[in-house]
Order: sequence, then C-alpha cells, then structure tokens
Amino acid sequence: MAVITVIDREGEEHVVDATPGWSVMEIIREHDLPIEAACGGCCACATCHVYVDEAWLAKLEPASDEEDRMLDEAYQVQENSRLSCQIPFSDALDGLKVTLAPEF
Amino acid sequence: MNERAIQSDPIGAGPIRADPIRTDMVIVGAGPVGLFAVFEAGLLNIKCHLIDNLDRPGGQCAELYPDKPIYDIPAVPHCTGQELTDLLMKQIRPFEPTFHFSQQAERLERLDDGRWRLTTSLGRVFEAPVIVIAAGAGSFVPRRLPLPGAEAREGRSLHYAVRRMEDFRGKDLLIAGGGDSALDWTLNLQPLARRLALVHRRDDFRAAPDSVARMRELVAGGTMALHIGQISELHGSPPDLEAVTIKSPKGEVLVPCDTLLAFYGLKMELGPLAEWGLNLDRNLIAVDTATFETNQPGLFAIGDIITYPGKLKLILSGFHEAALMAQKAFKYCFPDEKLVFRYTTSSTDLHEKLGVA
Repeated sequence: MAVITVIDREGEEHVVDATPGWSVMEIIREHDLPIEAACGGCCACATCHVYVDEAWLAKLEPASDEEDRMLDEAYQVQENSRLSCQIPFSDALDGLKVTLAPEF
Repeated sequence: MNERAIQSDPIGAGPIRADPIRTDMVIVGAGPVGLFAVFEAGLLNIKCHLIDNLDRPGGQCAELYPDKPIYDIPAVPHCTGQELTDLLMKQIRPFEPTFHFSQQAERLERLDDGRWRLTTSLGRVFEAPVIVIAAGAGSFVPRRLPLPGAEAREGRSLHYAVRRMEDFRGKDLLIAGGGDSALDWTLNLQPLARRLALVHRRDDFRAAPDSVARMRELVAGGTMALHIGQISELHGSPPDLEAVTIKSPKGEVLVPCDTLLAFYGLKMELGPLAEWGLNLDRNLIAVDTATFETNQPGLFAIGDIITYPGKLKLILSGFHEAALMAQKAFKYCFPDEKLVFRYTTSSTDLHEKLGVA
C-alpha cells in the first residue's frame, strides 16, 4: 500500500497508509492526526495548511489561484505551503512527505 | 427582506441594558440548521430568538462558502451557500424570528422556576424554557496573531476589528491582510491616521478590484506604504507597540508603527458554551437521538455540533434533528397542551401560521 509521511507539530513522523483518489487532507484526517480542515475540503478555509517536503514540490500540480487566495488566511506561509485538501493523492505520490503547519 | 424578521441589536453602542427578553426558544447559531429550527418550532407555535456572532444569518454557508455549490439538499438539485440561506430566511419569515447578531451566547444559568437565563457577550439577556444549540463548529471569531506579546497588546495597540473609527485618529497605523476588510479599512482610515501602511503576504489581493486600485493609487502618490511579507515579530514594551518585523523571501524589514489592525479572516471556536456543563466528546455534544436533548433538560443541540452513533455532518441531518427537537421542546414551552401531529399540506391551522390560509 502507498504511504505518506506526516510530521506533526511536535516534530514526530507518522508513516500512514494512503488511498489513491483521496486528498492528502482526507488521508491525514483519517489517521486522526491533528488537522482541523474546518470547511471539509472545499477550499474555503485554510485550516489544512501543510508544508510539502522540497523533494516533492515539483511532482505536485501547482496551486490554483483559489488555493493561493485561501492561503492568505494561513499563518507562516512559505514557498512550500499548500492546502492539503487541494492535493489529490495518487500512487505517483507514494512516499510524499508533508509537515503540519502551525494552528492559526 | 422583511424588516420585522431582522432585528439585530445595535453594535458599538455599548452593553445592552434592556429588560430580559422572555420567549419560548433561544437558538444559539443562525446557520442553516438553526434557521430551519425556527420553521419546525414555528409550526408548533414556539416563538424563537436567534443569536449569532456573525453579522448576518447563514453560518458557514454565508461565511465560508457563500458562492460554492451545494448539491445534497433534498429537492434542491443545486444552490449556493448564500442561496440556501436566502431560501431558509424566506421559509421562516412567517414565524417572525428575532435575530441578535455580532454577539456570542456567553453565560447560561438555570432559574428557580426551571427556565433558562442566557446572557450574550453584548449583555442581552434571555429567559426561556428551551435553549437550542445549533452552533456548528463553534462561533466565528477573528484569527489572532500567534506571536509572543500579541495577547498583551490586544485591545490596546493591536486590534482585530474597528469598533470606533475615531480610535485610530492620529495613529501610526499598520493594517495587515489582503481581503475586503483590510482594504476597506485601509481606505477609510487613511485620512484619519497620522501615517498608514498595509502589509500583505503577496502582491496580489483578493479584495474588490476597485478597492485595490484605490489603495495602489495612494501608494503611488506616496500617501501610504505597502509592504509585501508576513509579520514575524512585535517590538516595544506591551501593551505598547513600536514596530513590527516583516519577513519575506527577500529578507526582513523593521516597520515602525504604534497601532496594528490585523484582518486574517475568521476561524471557528467552541467558545463559552464549553463551560455550560454539557456532555462533550471531542468538542461535540452528546444527545438523546429521540429528542436531541442534551444531558440537561430543556437544553437541546442539533446540527454539526452534536455526536451520536451514525451521525453525519450534513445539513439535511440537521434539518431532521430540528424537527424531532421541536416535538420535545413543545412539552417545555406548553406543558399543559397536547401536541397533535399535522402536515403542512392539509392543516388549515398550519396554513394560517404560514400565512397562506
């Protein structure tokens, strides 16, 4: 089974099973890791903010304008900031590594 | 919109010192489920007041996704969050609910006669036999700067809203954000402030294009400054502010200012109702699924804020919960009356209530 690595806010790494077709937010939430995802995945809040490991950035579809706008409501936004609900997981992303951004 | 249906309390006028409002049902939260509860209660002659921390009805539908489509409302193949809100407002209009916006339900006490006394953050007091919590994921509150020294400055040199424009006269003001609130207040406060700057994390704004254009004119004319980056540090001895550090990929700059007005959008938090003695499970309220009553008689909860085996956070589930809640609420509101179950299709009595007789 494909996996992703999620680094929580304490720096602990969690390697979790990842289902193709789910969003990265849904995978993180499924494993009870602390991600708020208040709007449920419709790109209407910024509470599923993650930092994508640099090695994986180029493998992702770039963020849409809508996602970039929503990131205005996130905190400590970096070049590798993404909303995890907007990253569809596929087998090509097996091994993806993301860090949960600070809560805001 | 029916003027009588919308009566909010005046904002910025200080604490409300009116007599308690005595009513049948106070609904905490004016999202879709709270609104539909007015309908189900209204069919049973139960009069409602609603409290919401937003300044308008609709809850998440109005604040988070007013323009996003919803496809799973029975018999409504497609509508937006705002359209659903507007339709619900139309549907409940015959029952003349009263709205109390821009305030949080704060304190809940049991009176000696068994009714509830509920006090809001603006000091509005209600007395009612039934309270219904339809608070979704909590109330919308401004996102606060999670920086050291931010809390100690809040209300003094750091603000998340404008209560009185005069408070900003003569200030060396820095406004943070890229949405309509940030841009509107930039334009409105610029003539009052001694000096004004706007900071946003990127040189692209989601606010109305007209406001952005006017802001850029002021910047081009040297009347105000624009900084691209994110605030990373506050300087000065709290509660005062002397400057902030703004960080961007290009480096850090120190921007002097004595007042910071930050608009980072709203977030949802449970707020004071966490202290109401409810049976909470992961910030969700446990209820009896026959009545949607909580562990406290006369205190009900419906919608996204509740949990029970099989619960789905769907608007349609909240509508069903509202209907069942109203049946039990009737017994508290009218203990001596017998409830007869009738359909809106055939009951002339219900037609009268709906104003269609």
